[in-house]
Amino acid sequence: MTALITFDRVGKRFGNAVVLDDLSFGVRAGERVTLIGPSGSGKTTILRMLMTLTRPDDGTITLAGEPLFHERRGDTLVPAGERHLRAMRRHTTMVFQQYNLFPNMRVLRNVTEAPVHVLGLPPEQAEERARELLGMVGLAGKLDAYPSQLSGGQQQRVAIARALAMRPDVLLLDEVTSALDPELAAEVLDVLRDVARTFDVTMLCVTHAMKFARDVSDRVLMFNEGRIIESAPPGELFDAPTQERTKRFLRSVIDES
Amino acid sequence: MTFEWQAAWEAVPSLLRGLVTALQAAALGYLIALVLGLVFALLRRSPQRWIRLPVAFFVEFVRSTPLLVQLFFLFFVLPTVGIELSAMATGAIGLGVHYATYTSEVYRAGIDGVPAGQWEAAKALSLSRGRTWTRVVLPQAVPRVVPALGNYAIALFKDTPQLTVITVAEVLSVVKAVGAQSFRYLELITVAGVLYLITALVIAWPVRVLERRYRRESA
Ligand SMILES: Nc1ncnc2c1ncn2[C@@H]1O[C@H](COP(=O)(O)OP(=O)(O)O)[C@@H](O)[C@H]1O
Ligand SMILES: [Mg+2]
Repeated sequence: MTALITFDRVGKRFGNAVVLDDLSFGVRAGERVTLIGPSGSGKTTILRMLMTLTRPDDGTITLAGEPLFHERRGDTLVPAGERHLRAMRRHTTMVFQQYNLFPNMRVLRNVTEAPVHVLGLPPEQAEERARELLGMVGLAGKLDAYPSQLSGGQQQRVAIARALAMRPDVLLLDEVTSALDPELAAEVLDVLRDVARTFDVTMLCVTHAMKFARDVSDRVLMFNEGRIIESAPPGELFDAPTQERTKRFLRSVIDES
Repeated sequence: MTFEWQAAWEAVPSLLRGLVTALQAAALGYLIALVLGLVFALLRRSPQRWIRLPVAFFVEFVRSTPLLVQLFFLFFVLPTVGIELSAMATGAIGLGVHYATYTSEVYRAGIDGVPAGQWEAAKALSLSRGRTWTRVVLPQAVPRVVPALGNYAIALFKDTPQLTVITVAEVLSVVKAVGAQSFRYLELITVAGVLYLITALVIAWPVRVLERRYRRESA
């Protein structure tokens, strides 16, 4: 089966700190992958690279058959220019831990801005689609609110609708419930379960919500110090981890929740 | 020397004309400062070094040299290279460019104050650079620097007497011209001082209102 995303010997350093070390893995189209691992193990860095927010130092990342950070010039691959990155970026969108809604725009406008001005949808069509998506995340009544008038959980649900409105091939979710109280987090996770059921988008999800990971993901990757130390379907990885480090990590997460 | 109310009163109309001239120069200069300052702030964030560095040098240079010298430069040097401008235009440009170097710092602080997450969200939605600036970053950066920009309106107005050296007929020029004949400097300067005070207070009032409004909003 062909992969939608391939990491091939990817390395990343910040100063002297090696954050990703010779990392290789692939994700199939439509697959739901959860990334777990201790803080600082490089999970966010991987998502940020796919979103072109950070460049790798070594190796290549391929997305939809094209190198993400390189472009072909004749027979050789050269570092990608802004134009290539801009084109590649369209495949992917990301939801952040801190929501990052645009505070100067109302909810509806947050969701229609990019579809109208990036995808070029007619405003009425973008608006209709935004209403649908906002209805799906349970915020049909908040179209005219400003983000600051919403709870954290509501803001994050708007952010999810905003991301889906871009019809992404790849949806990146970086600890999207970590800033929320358990009750609000549960609402957001319910919305994401819905999304997983309704859309065939490829999902890469960093989360500590293990029950959610078990329910939605096809595969779980356990990270430690910039490497994948274990990769398996959730049932296997959660119930019968093979690595000592994974067992210890899972115990700590369960104690915490 | 006694204070002659009659002389003070007679000086009012010409001083008021001077005040109108000063306000015209200040308004024009301020407009230039607001626009050019934003241009400077944006250029200083250009990804191109050959744009960023010369602009940074120019801004630092203008900010670190006296306005008076800059006015002289514009007034006496520009005509020698074939640029002929009225005294008023020269004064407005001088004030505008000088204060643009201050407002550019204000804008810069405002832009830096927009969280990195906003830029990242814009990227995650594939918004173009232009769209990100005009719809996401500046609408958040500018409101919070409005009070600081307003304060420079007052400062700029208080610098208009310097335009006397390039023959703009503002208040101080009127004082000198009328005083040369009547020698009633005490009355002239008193009235001029009162006019400056009233004008500064009048400008300060909307600035205060803006300050309060934006402080409440950002709280
Ligand atoms: N911009 C940066 N500058 C310096 N170090 C960074 C930067 N971003 C991440 N790091 C470091 O890289 C490591 C991995 O970070 P991250 O990918 O955020 O891990 P995780 O999401 O698994 O917690 C951490 O040690 C972090 O401190
Ligand atoms: Mg992280």
